[in-house]
Amino acid sequence: MIRRVLPHGLGRGLLTRRPGTRRGGFSLDWDGKVSEIKKKIKSILPGTPCDVLPDTSHLPPEHSDVVIVGGGVLGLSVAYWLKQLENRRGGMRVLVVERDHTYSQASTGLSVGGICQQFSLPENIQLSLFSASFLRNINEYLAVTNAPPLDLQFNPSGYLLLASEKDAAAMESNVKVQKQEGAKVCLMSPDQLRNKFPWINTEGVALASYGMENEGWFDPWCLLHGLRQKLTSMGVFFCQGEVTRFVTSSQRMMTTDDEMVTLKSIHEVHVKMDHSLEYQPVECAIVINAAGAWSAQIAALAGIGKGPPGTLQGTKLPVEPRKRYVYVWHCPQGPGLETPLVADTSGAYFRREGLGSNYLGGRSPAEEEEPDPANLEVDHDFFQEKVWPHLALRVPAFETLKVQTAWAGYYDYNTFDQNGVVGPHPLVVNMYFATGFSGHGLQQAPGVGRAVAEMILEGSFQTIDLSPFLFNRFYLGEKTHENNIM
Amino acid sequence: MWDLVLGDRRINSLRLVAPMWNGTRGIHRLGGAVVPEGNQKKERKMLQFLNNHFYDVEALRGYLLQREMSKVHLKNRSFTWLEEQHGPYSAGAFFILKQGGAVKFRDKEWIRPDKYGHFSPEFWNFREVPVEAVDASDCEINYEGLDNLLLLKELQSLSLQRCPHVDDWCLSRLYPLVDSLQELSLAGCPRVSERGLACLHHLQNLRRLDISDLPAVSNPGLTQILVEEMLPNCQVVGVDWAEGLKLGPEEQPQDTASPVPA
Repeated sequence: MIRRVLPHGLGRGLLTRRPGTRRGGFSLDWDGKVSEIKKKIKSILPGTPCDVLPDTSHLPPEHSDVVIVGGGVLGLSVAYWLKQLENRRGGMRVLVVERDHTYSQASTGLSVGGICQQFSLPENIQLSLFSASFLRNINEYLAVTNAPPLDLQFNPSGYLLLASEKDAAAMESNVKVQKQEGAKVCLMSPDQLRNKFPWINTEGVALASYGMENEGWFDPWCLLHGLRQKLTSMGVFFCQGEVTRFVTSSQRMMTTDDEMVTLKSIHEVHVKMDHSLEYQPVECAIVINAAGAWSAQIAALAGIGKGPPGTLQGTKLPVEPRKRYVYVWHCPQGPGLETPLVADTSGAYFRREGLGSNYLGGRSPAEEEEPDPANLEVDHDFFQEKVWPHLALRVPAFETLKVQTAWAGYYDYNTFDQNGVVGPHPLVVNMYFATGFSGHGLQQAPGVGRAVAEMILEGSFQTIDLSPFLFNRFYLGEKTHENNIM
Repeated sequence: MWDLVLGDRRINSLRLVAPMWNGTRGIHRLGGAVVPEGNQKKERKMLQFLNNHFYDVEALRGYLLQREMSKVHLKNRSFTWLEEQHGPYSAGAFFILKQGGAVKFRDKEWIRPDKYGHFSPEFWNFREVPVEAVDASDCEINYEGLDNLLLLKELQSLSLQRCPHVDDWCLSRLYPLVDSLQELSLAGCPRVSERGLACLHHLQNLRRLDISDLPAVSNPGLTQILVEEMLPNCQVVGVDWAEGLKLGPEEQPQDTASPVPA
């Protein structure tokens, strides 16, 4: 006998649930039936009663095992791996809370979409390699029956990093580490560079490293859409709302060194709906902070950083939003189809976009010239003064170009050491971080998602050891510095 | 060499096209480029309806999909362990022959499996003889399987026509064959797009490249021009890049090589 389908998330205990948190129902026209019942009740009761069975379909569920704050690529990746690695099917209820369902300010959609393995830290290289294999086999990981296969529009053209005299030694040692970890990168001298890419001006370039495989750029929206589709089919709840409060309970405990320490645990999350004061308290067991550029606010809500400075209680999460510009220009005589993503010695980078001689690129500003992150307005003078001269020097064809459009996006910038924060907080015991990747979150999202899921389900990192990325390092002052940030 | 390949395989390949569009197998396939017509559309709608309403149907379809994928993985398992005993050329040739492709060793004839998949074991003796040409048309070779193909370091001609799992990622792996590869054919591969063709610029010794019938390429004429610019010493066969350009009433092309004003 074929069972009738029950909507996702609801089990045999359907009839014991209170009304209001149901989604759909067990017959094909549940909403119609409910509105009929409401009309009947209204006509029977005297006066003008208030809504007897209020519609709560926009509210999140009242209980959830895991609440993920932030629905960008990192949050969705953690949700995916939690559902993938759970021991029993339907064993965990996961809720993803995203403030803006249009993703208008989310770093994921505004990103340039590059993936590369040319880092100095072995953990970063391993994360990127795993992400490349995830993206390559995306139709096996994110397969949904009935949905068409995903096309990520991946350009396997590679990254070309250029180094001046003073950076050449660092680049050589980085490439050695990358080759050891299994990345296919090769070093090129200025002559080889001119041979291979005749449009490059090698003045000031002492060495270049070129990624041959598993590097390039892809469409981040497609990845986001694929993840959302797969998560919906796996039974993850999505909610549009803002997290405004954590209700915590504390416990004072004695450490082995006979010190009193206050351990907090979050047991309720208040999710406020858009344009109203209505909020839903969600009881939860684990909270994951994947809020990207706004992670510090979420951490502050949980009381992280509220203490005397210099202590563990007083260590704030050092992630702040930094605005970065991306410009798209047209140059008819520009470099050809084989152009990799070129990152110049000055920090300016560019890549091809499509078949029609369009290019996009930008540059990270220096510390003193950081633009104000209050809004996403684009500063076109920045391109004229700080980006174009470097591009025109490196690629003479770019002396004649015409800017078509530009946009700005946020980096969730880790001011401490520009590397991600992953893992639990030592004092707020059930808040896990997956944020602070300072511009390479998209390319490391699959690996980081899996690491956080392993941490939650198994208690330790199983496949890639991300212990250098734990929160403790901010208190202990140990920087895991990454040299190759763009 | 191309004519020999095409002559032998043309009749076979036409037969191989029909089974791919067949009813239930077509629905379970990953390749979304298939457009079913008529009866198959109704079957598909029925299947989608059942899938959306019954967990059992969804689970069954998911299981069948997984089974198809694991079949492809099995076909592309690694044969590199054969390298110590028999040498890289025999190991790579064994992989191609098992997939259903054909191999040609230097100064020898083409070795092709018959319709039952059997092939003569004489190539195990060719330890030092390099493989010159591989015809992997319609084979289910994918990214992992290329590990085995890349054992053939002195390959001169490679035909990957109509391979359903060869995509842009696979093309980015072909650069180790830069010294020897002279002919490459990607005609009819449903997953190859212009983004993958961009990484063929490593293959500077390529003399003939066939990029006809690539359904995933968005703009075939423009892609042909860009690829020709990228590989100046190579004859790129595929699309007539004047196609899609509108001809004026008086201007008819004298020969297809001259530019036609839009």
